Amino acid sequence: MRELRSEVLVLGAGPAGIAAAVSAERAGARALLVDMQAEPGGQIWRGQWNKATDSTARRWLSALRASPVEGRYGLRLVDVPAPGEFVFDGADGPLRVHCERAVIAAGARERLLPFPGWTLPGVFGAGGLQVLAKNGWPVAGKRIVVAGSGPLLLAAAASLRSLGAQIVLIAEQSGWRDLAAFGSGLLGTPHKVVQAAGLWRKLIGVPYRTGSWVTQALGDNEVRSVIVRRGRQIVQLDCDALAVGYGLVPNTEIARALGCELRDGAVWVDMHQHTSVPGVYCAGEGTGIGGIDQALVQGEIAGCAAAGRAELAATAQRRRRGSERFAAHLRRHFGLRAELRSLAQDDTVLCRCENVAFGAAKACSSMRDARLQTRLGMGHCQARVCGAACEFLFGWGAATPRPPLAPAGLSCFNLSTSAENPQEPT
Amino acid sequence: MSTVASVDVLIVGGGIVGCAIAERLARAGLSVCLVERDVLGGAATAASMGHLVVLDDDAAELALSAYSCARWQALAPSLPATAEYRRNGTLWIARNVEEMAEAQRKQWRLAQAGIDSELLTAAALAEQEPALAAGLAGGLRVASDGMLYPPVAAAWLARQAAAQGAQIRCGVGVRNLVEGAVLLDDGSELRAPHIIVANGCAAPELLYGAPIRKRKGHLLITTRSAPRVRHQLVELGYMQSAHGGDGESVAFNVQPRPSGQLLLGSTRQFDDVSSTVTPRLIQRLILRAQEFLPGLATATALRAWTGFRPTTPDHRPLIGPWPARAGVWLACGHEGLGVTTALGTADLLAAQLLGLELPFDARPFAPARFAAQVSHAA
Ligand SMILES: Cc1cc2nc3c(=O)[nH]c(=O)nc-3n(C[C@H](O)[C@H](O)[C@H](O)COP(=O)(O)OP(=O)(O)OC[C@H]3O[C@@H](n4cnc5c(N)ncnc54)[C@H](O)[C@@H]3O)c2cc1C
Ligand SMILES: Cc1cc2nc3c(=O)[nH]c(=O)nc-3n(C[C@H](O)[C@H](O)[C@H](O)COP(=O)(O)OP(=O)(O)OC[C@H]3O[C@@H](n4cnc5c(N)ncnc54)[C@H](O)[C@@H]3O)c2cc1C
Repeated sequence: MRELRSEVLVLGAGPAGIAAAVSAERAGARALLVDMQAEPGGQIWRGQWNKATDSTARRWLSALRASPVEGRYGLRLVDVPAPGEFVFDGADGPLRVHCERAVIAAGARERLLPFPGWTLPGVFGAGGLQVLAKNGWPVAGKRIVVAGSGPLLLAAAASLRSLGAQIVLIAEQSGWRDLAAFGSGLLGTPHKVVQAAGLWRKLIGVPYRTGSWVTQALGDNEVRSVIVRRGRQIVQLDCDALAVGYGLVPNTEIARALGCELRDGAVWVDMHQHTSVPGVYCAGEGTGIGGIDQALVQGEIAGCAAAGRAELAATAQRRRRGSERFAAHLRRHFGLRAELRSLAQDDTVLCRCENVAFGAAKACSSMRDARLQTRLGMGHCQARVCGAACEFLFGWGAATPRPPLAPAGLSCFNLSTSAENPQEPT
Repeated sequence: MSTVASVDVLIVGGGIVGCAIAERLARAGLSVCLVERDVLGGAATAASMGHLVVLDDDAAELALSAYSCARWQALAPSLPATAEYRRNGTLWIARNVEEMAEAQRKQWRLAQAGIDSELLTAAALAEQEPALAAGLAGGLRVASDGMLYPPVAAAWLARQAAAQGAQIRCGVGVRNLVEGAVLLDDGSELRAPHIIVANGCAAPELLYGAPIRKRKGHLLITTRSAPRVRHQLVELGYMQSAHGGDGESVAFNVQPRPSGQLLLGSTRQFDDVSSTVTPRLIQRLILRAQEFLPGLATATALRAWTGFRPTTPDHRPLIGPWPARAGVWLACGHEGLGVTTALGTADLLAAQLLGLELPFDARPFAPARFAAQVSHAA
């Protein structure tokens, strides 16, 4: 197996990971930055490596280019066989990294909830469709309903619109009271108001409904229309695609596999982004959803701390408090309403990999019981999608991660360093 | 809370063994309560490969496993589709002439129990399983062996029991055995003249001195793009690994899942009681499997896990009265064969408890064989 050594390994090259790697180098450590995507950028700066359109992206991506950070892309972390050892799988086969300290910056994923028709072609995650469109999937001229919850809906709608899509409606499940409170709360973080104003400018003329949610997607072979509920009012809207996501959930598999403690579904960290496991740091969405500012601030702090120079992050420490306020604010005002638990019918698919219906899962007592009795979450994605849904629907906790963290070539388990395999004693 | 309820039979443990016993005794008309501290089939039963296989390394094991496999075949039409029962057969693989001679002896031993099998030449083996490596000596095909998905089978047996009036209580454990009763974790007491301890590896928690050790095993499942295999493939060297020695061992044992995935087994080790996956053993498991199935080199792993086989000093289960305590019965210690032998265990225990004719000799399984050790411990 190919091998690499580094002082600080940064897992994930989104804003948090980039800031961590660059800061670690600035603080005098050797950093290795690895991501499964082909380029650095993460979710928000995807596709900006060679043509940054956003000024913050330009600043950090050129800082990364200019720094001696070693970047390895197209490599997915699949196993953590021993403390300080990380195995990645990629097109050229596995790579094993030995490091002294690690920063986890693996971001978040969207929460998708089941409702009748959600598996129809043409139904996407809101952030998912945004990513597809950024990668060239054509949306020009398409009528798209954007639904779900959270600020990501606005970002997704704005970028789909800028690529030529016609946004039929943005349906936000939170009520206007919560949103108004959220908006006025932003006054404490003025640049968020500016960001939000920028988004709204891009969405002028797009209908935006609060307290509204999609109850059903209709169509034979693909989605043709959706049913939207608002209070007692029910409307049917024609569309070519539905982009629906119920907020983000932190990716915690890597941290859990390393034995890090979680709190409220996110990785617990101290003020230096240090987790409960010695030598392991976490930055960005993994510590709790807080968006790009939190990701950058935490990345800087984690990078300095992992380099053994926590004191260099003093100014970042001051910004950290502001970003935390925003994150707490976000959680408080985009809580999901109970009605969303009763959208799925008994025959609505809950686990797409193993084709398990909502009704079959509902009859079980825990995630583990459901895994064993219905094969829920046993398929290709290993509950990455249905796990977050079950947590909301039934209050079930996640199962213990087992290797591999994602499907991986069997050669990833070959731990011998030379080309020769150790012989089986006979 | 201290409620006292009373039943004829109380079963501790809802693994496949406890569930099979509950079904059998409820069908016999007894009032039965099964208590499972976690979820049905969640311990060894969940970790298992679910290979229903006749093993012949001693006459008692042969009698128990042959009887049990026949019972699974009879039950097959009633099992739900999700139990994934199939009769794909076992293919025992010989690498050399010595192992081929062992295949012949195995054929003879199986025939003593009325089990038909077919010796395969190297060419016939390759024809049956083209994915196998070149250069193998041949094998023995046992067409009557099967496989199933154990946790669903266990829960189904429990539902059958419930349909005959049994109470199935999950999420509460038995804390203690007392005179003619058990004490539950919630403080309540359940009285029963017969208490059956069917809690696998946890038996020593309730019965001090119960001769059971945990024998850890690793398994790995691939994604659907694995080489095509029809039978459960097992190397003939397997028995050596299964029973020989106390050290770590790895034997080639592969099962095709109905989904097209391959389940790769298996390792055996004592003295590691943590459930974590040991990378070194997964590596050995894969390398061993690749010697037999070279196509695995490009396969993709989906998940690896571990489980514990409840193991007795002589590798035979404990089925029958526990001499140290009146009214207490044991049905545990099934090591690596308890999914197969759950139904035979249930029939043997029921016959003893109800005074019926025994389906096969009960003595080799009598817990009393460890009486000296037990009285010493008690
Ligand atoms: C689908 C989606 C779309 C989003 N769109 C926007 C948007 O338009 N605007 C906005 O403000 N916010 C958006 N967000 C929120 C986004 O999470 C934050 O804004 C920001 O990107 C967080 O930075 P991060 O560094 O914490 O995580 P991310 O940017 O998510 O970076 C994490 C990186 O870790 C890598 N990674 C994860 N696991 C592994 C592994 N096992 N092996 C190797 N690499 C791994 C990922 O490939 C990714 O590049 C989106 C989130 C999602 C999930
Ligand atoms: C890796 C591996 C592969 C295997 N492959 C096969 C195979 O292919 N074929 C085969 O036939 N066998 C196989 N086996 C063996 C088989 O899995 C076991 O022999 C069998 O599952 C034992 O069943 P059981 O009901 O005795 O134990 P378990 O399934 O362990 O059930 C015991 C139950 O008791 C409960 N319990 C424990 N203490 C208490 C208490 N105090 N109160 C209440 N409940 C309690 C537990 O929660 C558990 O559910 C394999 C085993 C392993 C580990």
